[in-house]
Amino acid sequence: MRYIPHTEAERQAMMAAIGIQDIDELFAAVPADYRYPQLDLPEPMTEMEVMRELEMMAADNANLREFASFLGAGAYNHFVPAVVDTIISRGEFYTAYTPYQPEISQGTLQAAFEYQSMVAALTGMEVVNASHYDGATAVAEAAVMAVNIQRHKRRTILISPTLHPQYRQVLRTYTQGMDLKIVGDELEGHDFHALIDMCNKDTALVVVQNPDFLGKLHTPQEMQDLADAVHAKGALLAVATDPIALGLLTPPGDYGADIVTADGQVLGNGLNFGGPYLGIFAFRAKHMRKSSGRLVGETVDVDGNKGYVLTLSTREQHIRREKATSNICSNQALNALVAAVYLAAMGKHGLRKAAELSWHKAHYAAQKIDQLPAYGVANDTPFFKEFVVTCPRPVSEINQYLLEEYGIIGGYDLSQDYPELGNAMLLCVTEMNTREEIDDLVTALQEAANPQIRLEVTQ
Amino acid sequence: MTLKYDSTLKYAETDEWAKVEDDVVVVGISDYAQDALSDIVYVELPEVGDEIGAGDAVATVESVKAASDINSPVSGEVIEVNEALEDTPEMINEDPYGAWIFKVKASDLAELDALMDADAYEAFNENREH
Repeated sequence: MRYIPHTEAERQAMMAAIGIQDIDELFAAVPADYRYPQLDLPEPMTEMEVMRELEMMAADNANLREFASFLGAGAYNHFVPAVVDTIISRGEFYTAYTPYQPEISQGTLQAAFEYQSMVAALTGMEVVNASHYDGATAVAEAAVMAVNIQRHKRRTILISPTLHPQYRQVLRTYTQGMDLKIVGDELEGHDFHALIDMCNKDTALVVVQNPDFLGKLHTPQEMQDLADAVHAKGALLAVATDPIALGLLTPPGDYGADIVTADGQVLGNGLNFGGPYLGIFAFRAKHMRKSSGRLVGETVDVDGNKGYVLTLSTREQHIRREKATSNICSNQALNALVAAVYLAAMGKHGLRKAAELSWHKAHYAAQKIDQLPAYGVANDTPFFKEFVVTCPRPVSEINQYLLEEYGIIGGYDLSQDYPELGNAMLLCVTEMNTREEIDDLVTALQEAANPQIRLEVTQ
Repeated sequence: MTLKYDSTLKYAETDEWAKVEDDVVVVGISDYAQDALSDIVYVELPEVGDEIGAGDAVATVESVKAASDINSPVSGEVIEVNEALEDTPEMINEDPYGAWIFKVKASDLAELDALMDADAYEAFNENREH
Protein backbone atom coordinates (compact mmCIF):
# COMPACT_ATOMS: atom_id res chain seq x y z
CA MET A 1 0.00 0.00 0.00
CA ARG A 2 1.32 3.38 -0.93
CA TYR A 3 1.11 6.13 1.61
CA ILE A 4 -0.15 9.25 -0.14
CA PRO A 5 -1.29 11.84 2.37
CA HIS A 6 -3.60 13.81 0.08
CA THR A 7 -7.29 12.99 -0.05
CA GLU A 8 -9.07 12.73 -3.35
CA ALA A 9 -10.92 15.98 -2.56
CA GLU A 10 -7.59 17.76 -1.99
CA ARG A 11 -6.23 16.42 -5.26
CA GLN A 12 -9.30 17.62 -7.14
CA ALA A 13 -9.01 21.07 -5.53
CA MET A 14 -5.34 21.34 -6.50
CA MET A 15 -6.00 20.19 -10.05
CA ALA A 16 -8.85 22.70 -10.37
CA ALA A 17 -6.57 25.45 -9.07
CA ILE A 18 -3.95 24.85 -11.76
CA GLY A 19 -6.53 24.08 -14.44
CA ILE A 20 -5.96 20.42 -15.25
CA GLN A 21 -8.39 17.52 -15.47
CA ASP A 22 -5.99 14.68 -14.92
CA ILE A 23 -2.64 14.15 -13.17
CA ASP A 24 -1.21 12.79 -16.44
CA GLU A 25 -1.41 16.29 -17.90
CA LEU A 26 1.45 17.27 -15.57
CA PHE A 27 3.71 14.91 -17.50
CA ALA A 28 2.69 16.15 -20.96
CA ALA A 29 6.17 17.62 -21.49
CA VAL A 30 7.70 14.12 -21.28
CA PRO A 31 7.51 12.38 -24.69
CA ALA A 32 4.85 9.67 -24.56
CA ASP A 33 7.34 6.88 -25.32
CA TYR A 34 9.33 7.67 -22.21
CA ARG A 35 6.47 8.20 -19.86
CA TYR A 36 5.87 4.70 -18.62
CA PRO A 37 8.85 2.66 -19.82
CA GLN A 38 8.83 -1.08 -19.35
CA LEU A 39 11.29 -1.91 -16.59
CA ASP A 40 13.19 -5.12 -17.04
CA LEU A 41 13.11 -6.22 -13.42
CA PRO A 42 13.46 -9.71 -11.97
CA GLU A 43 10.52 -11.37 -10.26
CA PRO A 44 9.82 -10.23 -6.70
CA MET A 45 11.60 -12.15 -3.96
CA THR A 46 10.87 -12.87 -0.33
CA GLU A 47 12.94 -11.28 2.42
CA MET A 48 14.76 -14.59 2.91
CA GLU A 49 15.61 -14.81 -0.78
CA VAL A 50 16.77 -11.20 -0.91
CA MET A 51 19.07 -11.75 2.10
CA ARG A 52 20.58 -14.82 0.45
CA GLU A 53 21.08 -13.01 -2.83
CA LEU A 54 22.72 -9.99 -1.22
CA GLU A 55 24.95 -12.15 0.95
CA MET A 56 26.16 -14.01 -2.12
CA MET A 57 26.91 -10.73 -3.87
CA ALA A 58 28.72 -9.43 -0.77
CA ALA A 59 30.79 -12.61 -0.63
CA ASP A 60 32.31 -11.72 -4.00
CA ASN A 61 34.11 -8.78 -2.37
CA ALA A 62 37.46 -9.23 -0.71
CA ASN A 63 37.30 -7.89 2.83
CA LEU A 64 39.88 -6.92 5.37
CA ARG A 65 38.89 -9.57 7.86
CA GLU A 66 40.07 -12.28 5.48
CA PHE A 67 42.69 -10.48 3.45
CA ALA A 68 45.83 -8.72 4.60
CA SER A 69 46.14 -5.30 2.96
CA PHE A 70 49.23 -3.28 2.17
CA LEU A 71 47.32 -0.82 0.03
CA GLY A 72 47.24 2.81 1.10
CA ALA A 73 47.73 5.74 -1.26
CA GLY A 74 45.12 7.92 0.37
CA ALA A 75 42.73 5.41 1.96
CA TYR A 76 44.09 3.60 4.97
CA ASN A 77 43.26 0.59 7.06
CA HIS A 78 43.61 1.89 10.61
CA PHE A 79 41.97 0.54 13.73
CA VAL A 80 38.41 1.67 14.41
CA PRO A 81 37.39 1.32 18.07
CA ALA A 82 33.93 -0.24 18.51
CA VAL A 83 32.74 2.81 20.42
CA VAL A 84 32.76 4.81 17.18
CA ASP A 85 29.94 2.85 15.54
CA THR A 86 28.02 2.64 18.79
CA ILE A 87 27.94 6.38 19.22
CA ILE A 88 27.32 7.41 15.63
CA SER A 89 24.48 4.89 15.36
CA ARG A 90 22.43 6.83 17.89
CA GLY A 91 19.38 8.22 16.11
CA GLU A 92 20.04 11.75 17.33
CA PHE A 93 23.29 11.77 15.36
CA TYR A 94 22.61 9.27 12.61
CA THR A 95 19.46 10.80 11.19
CA ALA A 96 20.04 14.48 11.92
CA TYR A 97 20.47 16.78 8.97
CA THR A 98 22.91 19.71 8.85
CA PRO A 99 21.98 21.91 11.81
CA TYR A 100 20.28 24.94 10.33
CA GLN A 101 18.36 25.39 13.55
CA PRO A 102 20.96 25.78 16.27
CA GLU A 103 18.41 25.96 19.06
CA ILE A 104 17.30 22.37 18.44
CA SER A 105 20.61 20.84 17.44
CA GLN A 106 22.84 21.49 20.41
CA GLY A 107 24.24 17.96 20.44
CA THR A 108 25.17 18.05 16.77
CA LEU A 109 26.71 21.49 17.15
CA GLN A 110 28.65 20.47 20.23
CA ALA A 111 30.00 17.44 18.38
CA ALA A 112 31.10 19.67 15.49
CA PHE A 113 32.69 22.10 17.92
CA GLU A 114 34.62 19.31 19.62
CA TYR A 115 35.71 17.95 16.24
CA GLN A 116 36.98 21.39 15.25
CA SER A 117 38.77 21.87 18.56
CA MET A 118 40.54 18.52 18.47
CA VAL A 119 41.58 18.91 14.84
CA ALA A 120 42.87 22.41 15.60
CA ALA A 121 45.05 20.93 18.34
CA LEU A 122 46.19 18.12 16.05
CA THR A 123 47.13 20.34 13.11
CA GLY A 124 48.48 23.22 15.20
CA MET A 125 46.11 25.62 13.47
CA GLU A 126 43.81 28.28 14.89
CA VAL A 127 40.57 27.58 13.05
CA VAL A 128 39.04 24.39 11.65
CA ASN A 129 35.80 24.33 9.70
CA ALA A 130 33.01 21.81 10.18
CA SER A 131 34.61 19.76 7.32
CA HIS A 132 34.57 19.21 3.59
CA TYR A 133 33.82 16.12 1.51
CA ASP A 134 37.26 14.53 1.43
CA GLY A 135 40.96 15.23 1.28
CA ALA A 136 40.82 16.09 -2.42
CA THR A 137 38.03 18.65 -2.18
CA ALA A 138 39.75 20.17 0.86
CA VAL A 139 42.82 20.84 -1.31
CA ALA A 140 40.60 22.37 -3.99
CA GLU A 141 38.93 24.59 -1.39
CA ALA A 142 42.38 25.66 -0.18
CA ALA A 143 43.11 26.91 -3.71
CA VAL A 144 39.79 28.78 -3.89
CA MET A 145 40.42 30.31 -0.46
CA ALA A 146 43.94 31.41 -1.35
CA VAL A 147 42.78 33.09 -4.55
CA ASN A 148 40.14 34.91 -2.53
CA ILE A 149 42.69 35.96 0.09
CA GLN A 150 44.85 37.28 -2.75
CA ARG A 151 41.79 39.14 -4.12
CA HIS A 152 42.07 37.27 -7.41
CA LYS A 153 45.21 39.26 -8.21
CA ARG A 154 47.34 36.13 -8.06
CA ARG A 155 45.97 33.26 -10.08
CA THR A 156 48.59 30.52 -10.10
CA ILE A 157 48.38 27.48 -7.86
CA LEU A 158 51.71 25.72 -7.57
CA ILE A 159 51.40 22.04 -6.73
CA SER A 160 54.06 19.55 -5.86
CA PRO A 161 54.48 16.45 -8.05
CA THR A 162 54.20 14.42 -4.85
CA LEU A 163 50.78 15.77 -3.96
CA HIS A 164 48.28 12.88 -4.31
CA PRO A 165 47.62 12.45 -8.07
CA GLN A 166 43.87 12.27 -7.51
CA TYR A 167 43.92 15.43 -5.38
CA ARG A 168 45.62 17.15 -8.30
CA GLN A 169 42.94 15.92 -10.69
CA VAL A 170 40.13 17.03 -8.41
CA LEU A 171 41.79 20.42 -7.95
CA ARG A 172 41.85 20.90 -11.72
CA THR A 173 38.28 19.74 -12.19
CA TYR A 174 37.01 21.78 -9.27
CA THR A 175 38.56 25.05 -10.38
CA GLN A 176 37.61 24.80 -14.07
CA GLY A 177 36.17 28.11 -15.14
CA MET A 178 37.97 30.07 -12.43
CA ASP A 179 40.71 30.94 -14.91
CA LEU A 180 43.49 29.65 -12.66
CA LYS A 181 46.85 28.34 -13.72
CA ILE A 182 47.69 25.08 -11.98
CA VAL A 183 51.31 24.11 -12.47
CA GLY A 184 54.31 22.59 -10.76
CA ASP A 185 53.46 18.90 -10.86
CA GLU A 186 55.24 18.56 -14.20
CA LEU A 187 58.54 19.06 -12.37
CA GLU A 188 60.82 16.05 -12.34
CA GLY A 189 62.63 16.61 -9.06
CA HIS A 190 60.69 15.83 -5.94
CA ASP A 191 62.42 18.29 -3.63
CA PHE A 192 61.08 21.75 -2.96
CA HIS A 193 63.83 23.80 -4.62
CA ALA A 194 62.38 23.61 -8.11
CA LEU A 195 58.96 24.45 -6.71
CA ILE A 196 60.31 27.49 -4.87
CA ASP A 197 62.03 28.64 -8.07
CA MET A 198 58.69 28.57 -9.87
CA CYS A 199 57.00 30.64 -7.17
CA ASN A 200 56.46 34.19 -8.42
CA LYS A 201 54.23 37.21 -7.99
CA ASP A 202 51.32 35.44 -9.67
CA THR A 203 51.49 32.50 -7.23
CA ALA A 204 48.53 32.53 -4.85
CA LEU A 205 49.22 29.21 -3.17
CA VAL A 206 51.80 26.46 -2.99
CA VAL A 207 50.42 23.04 -2.11
CA VAL A 208 52.64 20.23 -0.85
CA GLN A 209 51.94 17.00 0.96
CA ASN A 210 53.75 15.81 4.07
CA PRO A 211 54.27 12.88 4.41
CA ASP A 212 54.15 13.11 0.62
CA PHE A 213 52.38 10.72 -1.72
CA LEU A 214 55.52 8.61 -2.10
CA GLY A 215 55.84 8.32 1.67
CA LYS A 216 58.64 10.81 2.15
CA LEU A 217 58.68 12.75 5.38
CA HIS A 218 59.90 16.30 5.05
CA THR A 219 61.56 17.55 8.23
CA PRO A 220 60.06 20.49 10.12
CA GLN A 221 63.14 22.51 9.11
CA GLU A 222 62.65 21.74 5.41
CA MET A 223 58.99 22.68 5.75
CA GLN A 224 59.78 25.89 7.61
CA ASP A 225 62.30 26.85 4.93
CA LEU A 226 59.67 26.19 2.29
CA ALA A 227 57.09 28.26 4.17
CA ASP A 228 59.56 31.14 4.56
CA ALA A 229 60.46 31.07 0.87
CA VAL A 230 56.81 30.93 -0.19
CA HIS A 231 55.85 33.76 2.17
CA ALA A 232 58.79 35.88 0.99
CA LYS A 233 57.23 35.74 -2.46
CA GLY A 234 53.86 36.81 -1.10
CA ALA A 235 52.20 33.45 -1.61
CA LEU A 236 50.49 31.16 0.87
CA LEU A 237 51.37 27.59 1.80
CA ALA A 238 48.91 24.73 2.09
CA VAL A 239 50.02 21.38 3.49
CA ALA A 240 48.04 18.21 2.91
CA THR A 241 48.86 15.80 5.69
CA ASP A 242 48.02 12.51 7.39
CA PRO A 243 46.21 13.04 10.71
CA ILE A 244 47.57 9.76 12.11
CA ALA A 245 51.13 10.95 11.43
CA LEU A 246 50.36 14.05 13.48
CA GLY A 247 50.01 11.85 16.54
CA LEU A 248 53.77 11.53 16.36
CA LEU A 249 55.13 14.33 14.19
CA THR A 250 55.33 18.12 14.22
CA PRO A 251 52.00 19.63 13.12
CA PRO A 252 52.03 21.83 10.00
CA GLY A 253 50.83 24.79 12.08
CA ASP A 254 54.25 24.76 13.76
CA TYR A 255 56.16 25.14 10.50
CA GLY A 256 54.33 28.00 8.86
CA ALA A 257 51.44 26.45 6.93
CA ASP A 258 48.62 28.90 6.20
CA ILE A 259 46.12 26.17 5.37
CA VAL A 260 46.22 22.52 6.43
CA THR A 261 44.13 19.89 4.69
CA ALA A 262 43.81 16.16 5.19
CA ASP A 263 41.56 13.24 4.56
CA GLY A 264 40.02 12.39 7.90
CA GLN A 265 39.14 8.89 6.76
CA VAL A 266 41.97 7.59 8.94
CA LEU A 267 40.30 8.99 12.06
CA GLY A 268 37.87 6.17 12.73
CA ASN A 269 36.18 6.17 9.34
CA GLY A 270 36.51 2.74 7.80
CA LEU A 271 37.56 2.26 4.20
CA ASN A 272 33.83 2.28 3.34
CA PHE A 273 34.37 1.13 -0.27
CA GLY A 274 35.97 4.50 -1.03
CA GLY A 275 33.60 6.86 0.73
CA PRO A 276 32.11 8.81 2.34
CA TYR A 277 35.33 10.30 3.67
CA LEU A 278 36.11 13.46 5.53
CA GLY A 279 37.78 16.64 4.31
CA ILE A 280 39.77 18.27 7.08
CA PHE A 281 40.28 21.99 6.58
CA ALA A 282 42.25 24.16 9.01
CA PHE A 283 43.62 27.66 8.64
CA ARG A 284 44.87 30.83 10.33
CA ALA A 285 42.32 33.03 12.10
CA LYS A 286 43.27 36.07 10.06
CA HIS A 287 41.96 34.37 6.92
CA MET A 288 38.69 33.27 8.52
CA ARG A 289 36.50 35.54 6.38
CA LYS A 290 37.80 33.95 3.21
CA SER A 291 37.34 30.41 4.38
CA SER A 292 34.82 27.99 3.05
CA GLY A 293 32.30 25.97 5.00
CA ARG A 294 30.88 26.55 8.42
CA LEU A 295 32.41 27.26 11.77
CA VAL A 296 30.68 26.16 14.92
CA GLY A 297 31.44 28.16 18.04
CA GLU A 298 30.79 28.06 21.75
CA THR A 299 28.90 30.92 23.32
CA VAL A 300 26.62 31.72 26.24
CA ASP A 301 22.89 32.37 26.16
CA VAL A 302 21.14 35.31 27.88
CA ASP A 303 21.22 33.41 31.17
CA GLY A 304 24.92 32.72 30.90
CA ASN A 305 24.54 29.03 30.03
CA LYS A 306 27.01 27.45 27.65
CA GLY A 307 25.63 26.86 24.16
CA TYR A 308 26.76 26.19 20.62
CA VAL A 309 25.94 28.12 17.45
CA LEU A 310 26.91 28.35 13.82
CA THR A 311 29.31 31.20 14.49
CA LEU A 312 30.24 31.83 10.91
CA SER A 313 29.26 30.58 7.54
CA THR A 314 31.18 32.74 5.18
CA ARG A 315 29.72 34.01 2.00
CA GLU A 316 28.13 30.95 0.55
CA GLN A 317 25.94 30.72 -2.45
CA HIS A 318 22.75 31.05 -0.45
CA ILE A 319 23.80 34.55 0.56
CA ARG A 320 25.23 36.03 -2.63
CA ARG A 321 26.23 33.52 -5.20
CA GLU A 322 28.45 35.80 -7.28
CA LYS A 323 30.23 37.02 -4.16
CA ALA A 324 30.55 33.59 -2.62
CA THR A 325 33.97 32.62 -1.32
CA SER A 326 32.96 29.01 -1.85
CA ASN A 327 29.99 27.18 -3.22
CA ILE A 328 30.21 24.47 -0.63
CA CYS A 329 27.19 24.74 1.65
CA SER A 330 27.46 21.34 3.20
CA ASN A 331 29.81 19.20 5.20
CA GLN A 332 30.39 15.64 6.29
CA ALA A 333 28.76 15.94 9.69
CA LEU A 334 28.54 12.24 10.50
CA ASN A 335 32.11 11.56 9.38
CA ALA A 336 33.33 14.53 11.38
CA LEU A 337 31.52 13.09 14.37
CA VAL A 338 33.32 9.80 13.73
CA ALA A 339 36.64 11.63 13.81
CA ALA A 340 35.68 13.37 17.04
CA VAL A 341 34.65 10.11 18.72
CA TYR A 342 37.79 8.41 17.43
CA LEU A 343 40.09 11.14 18.71
CA ALA A 344 38.32 11.21 22.06
CA ALA A 345 38.52 7.42 22.37
CA MET A 346 42.14 7.13 21.30
CA GLY A 347 43.35 10.16 23.19
CA LYS A 348 46.76 11.72 22.77
CA HIS A 349 48.55 8.54 23.77
CA GLY A 350 46.39 6.20 21.72
CA LEU A 351 46.89 8.25 18.57
CA ARG A 352 50.61 8.38 19.20
CA LYS A 353 50.62 4.60 19.67
CA ALA A 354 48.79 4.05 16.37
CA ALA A 355 51.34 6.29 14.66
CA GLU A 356 54.32 4.60 16.31
CA LEU A 357 53.09 1.11 15.48
CA SER A 358 52.50 2.11 11.87
CA TRP A 359 55.98 3.62 11.71
CA HIS A 360 57.75 0.62 13.25
CA LYS A 361 55.87 -2.00 11.26
CA ALA A 362 56.40 -0.09 8.02
CA HIS A 363 60.13 0.14 8.75
CA TYR A 364 60.30 -3.55 9.64
CA ALA A 365 58.61 -4.39 6.32
CA ALA A 366 60.86 -2.03 4.37
CA GLN A 367 63.98 -3.53 5.93
CA LYS A 368 62.91 -7.10 5.08
CA ILE A 369 61.87 -6.23 1.53
CA ASP A 370 65.08 -4.32 0.89
CA GLN A 371 66.99 -7.53 1.66
CA LEU A 372 65.27 -9.34 -1.20
CA PRO A 373 67.71 -9.40 -4.14
CA ALA A 374 65.06 -8.57 -6.74
CA TYR A 375 63.49 -5.70 -4.84
CA GLY A 376 64.64 -2.39 -3.47
CA VAL A 377 63.22 0.28 -1.22
CA ALA A 378 63.50 3.53 -3.18
CA ASN A 379 63.12 5.90 -0.22
CA ASP A 380 66.56 7.05 0.93
CA THR A 381 65.07 9.65 3.28
CA PRO A 382 62.76 9.24 6.30
CA PHE A 383 59.27 7.95 5.65
CA PHE A 384 56.21 7.32 7.80
CA LYS A 385 53.95 4.36 6.96
CA GLU A 386 54.35 4.21 3.17
CA PHE A 387 57.38 3.60 0.99
CA VAL A 388 58.21 2.89 -2.63
CA VAL A 389 59.40 -0.58 -3.63
CA THR A 390 61.05 -1.13 -6.99
CA CYS A 391 59.96 -4.44 -8.44
CA PRO A 392 61.43 -6.95 -10.92
CA ARG A 393 58.24 -7.17 -13.01
CA PRO A 394 55.02 -5.19 -13.50
CA VAL A 395 53.24 -4.47 -10.24
CA SER A 396 49.91 -5.68 -11.62
CA GLU A 397 51.43 -9.17 -12.09
CA ILE A 398 52.94 -9.22 -8.61
CA ASN A 399 49.70 -8.07 -7.02
CA GLN A 400 47.80 -10.80 -8.86
CA TYR A 401 50.16 -13.40 -7.36
CA LEU A 402 49.91 -11.93 -3.85
CA LEU A 403 46.13 -11.96 -4.00
CA GLU A 404 45.68 -15.41 -5.49
CA GLU A 405 48.40 -17.30 -3.65
CA TYR A 406 48.50 -15.50 -0.30
CA GLY A 407 45.26 -13.55 0.06
CA ILE A 408 47.30 -10.38 0.27
CA ILE A 409 46.16 -7.08 -1.21
CA GLY A 410 49.39 -5.61 -2.54
CA GLY A 411 50.56 -2.04 -2.87
CA TYR A 412 49.50 0.79 -5.15
CA ASP A 413 50.81 0.47 -8.70
CA LEU A 414 52.80 3.66 -9.27
CA SER A 415 53.27 3.07 -12.99
CA GLN A 416 49.94 4.80 -13.61
CA ASP A 417 50.99 8.11 -12.07
CA TYR A 418 54.78 8.01 -11.93
CA PRO A 419 55.89 6.01 -15.01
CA GLU A 420 59.43 7.35 -14.54
CA LEU A 421 59.75 5.15 -11.46
CA GLY A 422 59.46 2.00 -13.59
CA ASN A 423 57.95 -1.07 -11.97
CA ALA A 424 57.29 0.43 -8.56
CA MET A 425 54.65 -0.05 -5.92
CA LEU A 426 53.71 2.13 -2.99
CA LEU A 427 53.41 -0.12 0.05
CA CYS A 428 51.52 0.88 3.14
CA VAL A 429 51.85 -0.72 6.57
CA THR A 430 49.69 0.28 9.52
CA GLU A 431 49.16 -0.91 13.08
CA MET A 432 46.60 -3.35 11.62
CA ASN A 433 49.24 -5.43 9.84
CA THR A 434 50.60 -8.27 11.94
CA ARG A 435 54.18 -9.46 11.82
CA GLU A 436 52.97 -12.70 10.23
CA GLU A 437 51.26 -10.75 7.46
CA ILE A 438 54.42 -8.78 6.82
CA ASP A 439 56.56 -11.94 6.75
CA ASP A 440 54.05 -13.55 4.37
CA LEU A 441 54.24 -10.49 2.15
CA VAL A 442 58.03 -10.74 2.02
CA THR A 443 57.85 -14.44 1.14
CA ALA A 444 55.19 -13.83 -1.49
CA LEU A 445 57.16 -10.99 -3.07
CA GLN A 446 60.22 -13.18 -3.26
CA GLU A 447 58.27 -15.95 -4.99
CA ALA A 448 56.59 -13.51 -7.36
CA ALA A 449 60.03 -12.36 -8.51
CA ASN A 450 60.75 -15.81 -9.90
CA PRO A 451 60.52 -15.51 -13.69
CA GLN A 452 59.41 -19.17 -13.83
CA ILE A 453 56.09 -18.06 -12.39
CA ARG A 454 53.92 -17.11 -15.28
CA LEU A 455 51.30 -14.60 -14.39
CA GLU A 456 48.41 -13.58 -16.53
CA VAL A 457 46.73 -10.44 -15.41
CA THR A 458 43.02 -10.78 -15.83
CA GLN A 459 41.23 -7.57 -16.55
CA MET B 1 15.27 56.75 14.83
CA THR B 2 15.83 59.54 12.32
CA LEU B 3 18.58 59.04 9.83
CA LYS B 4 21.37 61.55 9.76
CA TYR B 5 22.59 63.44 6.73
CA ASP B 6 25.83 65.42 6.62
CA SER B 7 25.39 68.47 4.42
CA THR B 8 29.13 68.71 3.70
CA LEU B 9 29.10 65.38 1.84
CA LYS B 10 27.94 64.17 -1.54
CA TYR B 11 25.99 60.93 -1.94
CA ALA B 12 25.67 58.18 -4.54
CA GLU B 13 22.46 56.31 -5.35
CA THR B 14 24.26 53.21 -4.14
CA ASP B 15 24.58 54.87 -0.69
CA GLU B 16 28.24 55.79 -0.56
CA TRP B 17 29.21 59.24 0.64
CA ALA B 18 32.16 61.18 -0.73
CA LYS B 19 34.12 64.02 0.81
CA VAL B 20 36.59 66.01 -1.25
CA GLU B 21 39.90 66.99 0.38
CA ASP B 22 41.89 68.75 -2.38
CA ASP B 23 42.29 66.07 -5.04
CA VAL B 24 41.61 63.24 -2.62
CA VAL B 25 38.13 61.76 -2.24
CA VAL B 26 37.24 60.10 1.06
CA VAL B 27 34.55 57.40 0.77
CA GLY B 28 32.23 55.81 3.32
CA ILE B 29 28.64 54.62 3.52
CA SER B 30 25.61 56.63 4.62
CA ASP B 31 23.60 56.39 7.80
CA TYR B 32 20.77 55.04 5.63
CA ALA B 33 23.05 52.24 4.38
CA GLN B 34 24.36 51.19 7.78
CA ASP B 35 20.84 51.25 9.18
CA ALA B 36 19.57 49.06 6.35
CA LEU B 37 22.47 46.63 6.71
CA SER B 38 22.19 46.48 10.52
CA ASP B 39 25.14 45.05 12.49
CA ILE B 40 28.24 45.18 10.33
CA VAL B 41 30.59 42.30 11.04
CA TYR B 42 33.24 42.58 8.36
CA VAL B 43 34.68 45.09 5.93
CA GLU B 44 36.78 43.91 3.03
CA LEU B 45 39.01 46.84 2.14
CA PRO B 46 40.67 47.60 -1.18
CA GLU B 47 44.46 47.65 -1.29
CA VAL B 48 46.54 50.79 -1.33
CA GLY B 49 47.80 51.26 -4.87
CA ASP B 50 44.73 49.74 -6.56
CA GLU B 51 43.79 51.64 -9.70
CA ILE B 52 40.01 51.91 -9.70
CA GLY B 53 37.31 53.34 -11.94
CA ALA B 54 34.16 55.23 -10.98
CA GLY B 55 31.40 52.73 -10.24
CA ASP B 56 33.80 49.83 -9.58
CA ALA B 57 32.96 47.58 -6.64
CA VAL B 58 36.16 47.99 -4.63
CA ALA B 59 35.16 47.06 -1.08
CA THR B 60 32.56 44.87 0.56
CA VAL B 61 30.65 45.48 3.74
CA GLU B 62 29.21 42.39 5.33
CA SER B 63 26.50 42.57 7.95
CA VAL B 64 24.53 39.90 9.71
CA LYS B 65 22.00 40.36 6.89
CA ALA B 66 23.93 40.80 3.66
CA ALA B 67 27.20 41.37 1.88
CA SER B 68 27.14 44.68 -0.01
CA ASP B 69 29.52 46.07 -2.56
CA ILE B 70 30.95 49.51 -2.00
CA ASN B 71 31.39 51.27 -5.31
CA SER B 72 33.90 54.00 -5.79
CA PRO B 73 32.21 57.25 -6.82
CA VAL B 74 35.39 58.36 -8.55
CA SER B 75 38.28 57.01 -10.63
CA GLY B 76 41.84 57.12 -9.42
CA GLU B 77 44.30 55.38 -7.13
CA VAL B 78 43.54 54.11 -3.65
CA ILE B 79 45.99 55.92 -1.39
CA GLU B 80 44.75 54.95 2.05
CA VAL B 81 42.36 52.44 3.62
CA ASN B 82 40.85 52.56 7.09
CA GLU B 83 42.55 49.51 8.55
CA ALA B 84 40.87 50.05 11.91
CA LEU B 85 37.70 48.67 10.29
CA GLU B 86 39.30 45.24 10.02
CA ASP B 87 39.11 44.82 13.77
CA THR B 88 36.23 47.15 14.58
CA PRO B 89 33.78 47.11 11.65
CA GLU B 90 31.03 48.25 14.03
CA MET B 91 32.54 51.75 13.83
CA ILE B 92 30.45 52.16 10.66
CA ASN B 93 27.24 51.51 12.60
CA GLU B 94 28.29 53.87 15.37
CA ASP B 95 29.52 56.75 13.25
CA PRO B 96 28.91 56.24 9.52
CA TYR B 97 30.18 59.67 8.53
CA GLY B 98 33.29 59.39 10.68
CA ALA B 99 34.18 55.80 9.75
CA TRP B 100 35.56 56.36 6.26
CA ILE B 101 36.48 53.24 4.30
CA PHE B 102 39.05 54.31 1.70
CA LYS B 103 40.63 57.40 0.11
CA VAL B 104 41.12 57.82 -3.62
CA LYS B 105 43.52 60.21 -5.33
CA ALA B 106 40.98 61.23 -7.96
CA SER B 107 41.93 61.48 -11.60
CA ASP B 108 38.78 63.44 -12.50
CA LEU B 109 36.87 65.25 -9.77
CA ALA B 110 34.16 66.15 -12.27
CA GLU B 111 32.90 62.57 -11.88
CA LEU B 112 31.52 63.66 -8.51
CA ASP B 113 29.07 65.99 -10.24
CA ALA B 114 26.86 62.95 -10.79
CA LEU B 115 26.37 62.62 -7.02
CA MET B 116 23.56 64.13 -4.94
CA ASP B 117 23.83 66.68 -2.16
CA ALA B 118 22.39 65.83 1.27
CA ASP B 119 18.94 67.26 0.54
CA ALA B 120 18.60 65.44 -2.76
CA TYR B 121 19.81 62.18 -1.18
CA GLU B 122 17.34 62.54 1.68
CA ALA B 123 14.52 63.07 -0.81
CA PHE B 124 15.82 60.10 -2.83
CA ASN B 125 15.68 57.87 0.25
CA GLU B 126 12.18 58.97 1.18
CA ASN B 127 10.92 57.83 -2.19
CA ARG B 128 12.62 54.42 -2.03
CA GLU B 129 10.79 51.24 -1.50
CA HIS B 130 11.87 49.46 1.59
